[in-house]
Amino acid sequence: MRQLSKTDLGITGVSGQLHRFLTQAWRLQPLYVSLYAILLSFLIGGILISVIGVNPLTAYWALLRGMVGDGNKLAGSLARSVPFIGSALALAFAFRAGLFNIGAEGQLLAGGLTAAYVGALSWMGNLPGILTIPLILMAGTLGGAIWGGIPGVLRTKTGAHEVISTIMLNSVVLFVARWMVGSRDPVVLRDTESTVPRTKTISDTAVLPELVDSLPTLHFGLLALTGLCFVVAFINNRTSLGFEIQTVGLNPHAAHYAGMNVHRVIVLTMAASGAFAGLAAASEISGTSGYFQPGTFFLMGFDGIAIALLARTQPIAIIAASLLWGSMLSGAPLMQQEANMSIDVVRIIQALVLLFVAADAMVRYLFKVRKQDQSPFQANTIGATL
Amino acid sequence: MAQINTGTAAPVLEVDNVTKTFPGVVANDNVSLTLNEGEIHCLLGENGAGKSTLVNMVFGLYQPDKGTIRVHGKETRFTDSGDAIAKGIGMVHQHFQLIPVFTVTENIILGNEITKGTLLDFNTARRQVLAIAERYGLAVDPDATVGDLSVGEQQRVELVKALFRDANILILDEPTAVLTPGEVDDFFSVVRNLTQQGKSIIFITHKLREVLAVADRITVLRSGKVVGNTTAKRATQQSLANLMVGRDVVFRVEKTTTNTSTTALQTRGLRVQDNRGVQAVTDLDLEVRTREILGIAGVEGNGQRELVEAICGMRPPNGGTVQMLGHETTAWSPRRIKQLGVAHIPENRSKHGVVAQYSIADNLVLNRYTHNKFSKRGVLNRSAINTEAVALIEQFDVRATGVTAALDTLSGGNQQKVVVARELSGNPQILVVAQPTRGLDVGSIEFIHRKIIELRDRGVAVLLVSAELDEIMALSDRIGVLYRGRLAAIVDAADTTREKLGLLMATGSTTHPPQAQQ
Repeated sequence: MRQLSKTDLGITGVSGQLHRFLTQAWRLQPLYVSLYAILLSFLIGGILISVIGVNPLTAYWALLRGMVGDGNKLAGSLARSVPFIGSALALAFAFRAGLFNIGAEGQLLAGGLTAAYVGALSWMGNLPGILTIPLILMAGTLGGAIWGGIPGVLRTKTGAHEVISTIMLNSVVLFVARWMVGSRDPVVLRDTESTVPRTKTISDTAVLPELVDSLPTLHFGLLALTGLCFVVAFINNRTSLGFEIQTVGLNPHAAHYAGMNVHRVIVLTMAASGAFAGLAAASEISGTSGYFQPGTFFLMGFDGIAIALLARTQPIAIIAASLLWGSMLSGAPLMQQEANMSIDVVRIIQALVLLFVAADAMVRYLFKVRKQDQSPFQANTIGATL
Repeated sequence: MAQINTGTAAPVLEVDNVTKTFPGVVANDNVSLTLNEGEIHCLLGENGAGKSTLVNMVFGLYQPDKGTIRVHGKETRFTDSGDAIAKGIGMVHQHFQLIPVFTVTENIILGNEITKGTLLDFNTARRQVLAIAERYGLAVDPDATVGDLSVGEQQRVELVKALFRDANILILDEPTAVLTPGEVDDFFSVVRNLTQQGKSIIFITHKLREVLAVADRITVLRSGKVVGNTTAKRATQQSLANLMVGRDVVFRVEKTTTNTSTTALQTRGLRVQDNRGVQAVTDLDLEVRTREILGIAGVEGNGQRELVEAICGMRPPNGGTVQMLGHETTAWSPRRIKQLGVAHIPENRSKHGVVAQYSIADNLVLNRYTHNKFSKRGVLNRSAINTEAVALIEQFDVRATGVTAALDTLSGGNQQKVVVARELSGNPQILVVAQPTRGLDVGSIEFIHRKIIELRDRGVAVLLVSAELDEIMALSDRIGVLYRGRLAAIVDAADTTREKLGLLMATGSTTHPPQAQQ
């Protein structure tokens, strides 16, 4: 095999030192590739911006102030990030069982629909918030769990691969939701007094308490979903359920031998995975919009995939990755305003991040990261034998 | 080291003081080897002794750090296996490099296609394949699909493939590991036929019986060094084993005869299907008593796997019953059966027995993590798991850097010791064990055999399934022979012979003459 000489790329001298610094000072072992991927993406994004004719420093400075420039901007960034935590957790949790749940997009919709339906039930207004808020969150969680559980059941009963079935179910729920929310004859869930297709507004008692009155509203869901990440981290690392899930992911045959119920674990993991997305959707409905519109969750599920991979499917890292992802989107308008750069630049940078995380050989070479942790893409997935 | 010359044959291959180092390990240390024309040269050594490294250098897959390799007297340096093939060196790997959906001819010409213009010239290729097959007595059907062939037939395809590329020096890496006893004999006659036609063969193995049966000369490697150089005529199994391991080896583990008592495991009319829905085990009545090792012999694929999986709850039977320790366990889950006191050392370690990415500690509790010693209310007790692992590693002599080391950093023998440690701890009443020493080195085999006998002497009922007749004969008190899913016979180990068992394995009967195998 041909070896590239160390001087082929001048960058490696500097970056090697950077890596040593991070190794010794920061101890962020499994996340190096992600950090470097972000760095590299902003570098390339900067080149792109200068090609367009704008000073990248000006643009990035505006982006940064748009993200965290003042209290209101920071709160808005946090608020924008909340649902990403749920959708990224949905992918990451299933991934440990060797399941590639790319249906968070649909599970968000399913959870959003059920949450909005329950939240707008007329008797909800007569109950106190201590009952209605758990009810609306549970409704969304259940909706997501069902929509995530179906591919799990299909996988165990028929062998249908979850990648295919979750993609299909994304479309199914999208069109069902559009019809339910849009149809005037018959009226299913549509708020007939509204000019746009949306559900009725949920009752006041089912609104999540807000933390900061920002735009969008920073609500209690941030704490709920952040807490959930810690719960999932605990389940993964410390419980026998987490041990079973990981065993099924790494070697389903050994799991069967060891007396684990592989089918039960698969269905349960997929349902839980969908539940996380459903909870995120419910907290958005309850905390921000107050009603369901099919467009609300557009691309949130797919962004969740990118975020989960950026966090190398570690639940705690998902919090940080979601905050970065959401605040970049939240900060982009100021960049457009001040530096006259299209919001799409942020999307391009995010796409580059995903590319570098997925194709990590390049990053590892440039930054001299030895192969210690596995790329999530190379981890074992369940064979077709189940 | 002095070379022993047999006859006047000229050396076709000379490996001269070759050293190869990998990070942290000297895989070959000043190794020399001379292969004469028309001889079978056995390369003997335990796993990790450096046999593969040596032949991979001869085949051009690695380059030596020091030393020279001469082919037909000329010094050569191969940069890849293509160079080696061009010099007339062929290799049959332990894991065949065949494409199952291609026909025999397609596999053989792959990478060396005969073309007519831009089209493949199948007719010429087919004729050449047939000519080679006939000349060397390698019966292959050029039009059969490789996936439909038996392992022995696939091996012949590999040989024809090497010969098709005009190989004069053939390297055979553990060629008998996958063969049944009958196939091994056939294979030996093929190999002898090849040498009579002027081919020279390097034969890698760790099976001593085969070395003595087939070799002209023998080179023994240990820890990357040549520790012995002898001929088959002068060597004995004992002398070779001592050379390989570097100390005296006990072949037959001492075993006291015992009085068996009650029935621990019993099947009645057991019927089990394989993955394709074919009836693999038919109406099987079996009884294992406490303080007894019942060996199940048989050519692989005669229902052994399905029998073991049905007993251990991994495969629901489609008829009959299994009773263990006074319970009818036919429909029980693997976990419930384990908790009853049934240990299971599975046939396929890497598929069922371990999770390669897990630490040793996690693998040691793989099927026991629900025990209240290791978890309470669903939360794992990591310190208890680690304490247990430290104790078991010590007790079972697992060579590892620590309990947190990933299992796949261990050698095969040590991985198997982890499985054995897990299954034998916790006082099992019944042990079901399949192919316990497959692919292991002599030292590990001895250790595991000792443990199995120890267990029997403590009163455990042991069901031992093995394709190694030697293993069955050395350990068992009684021997059952499985033939096409039925029990062909049950005999006392003391008054049976290798030949009688071989006949039972091949034909299912001792009274009828052997029938032609399909």
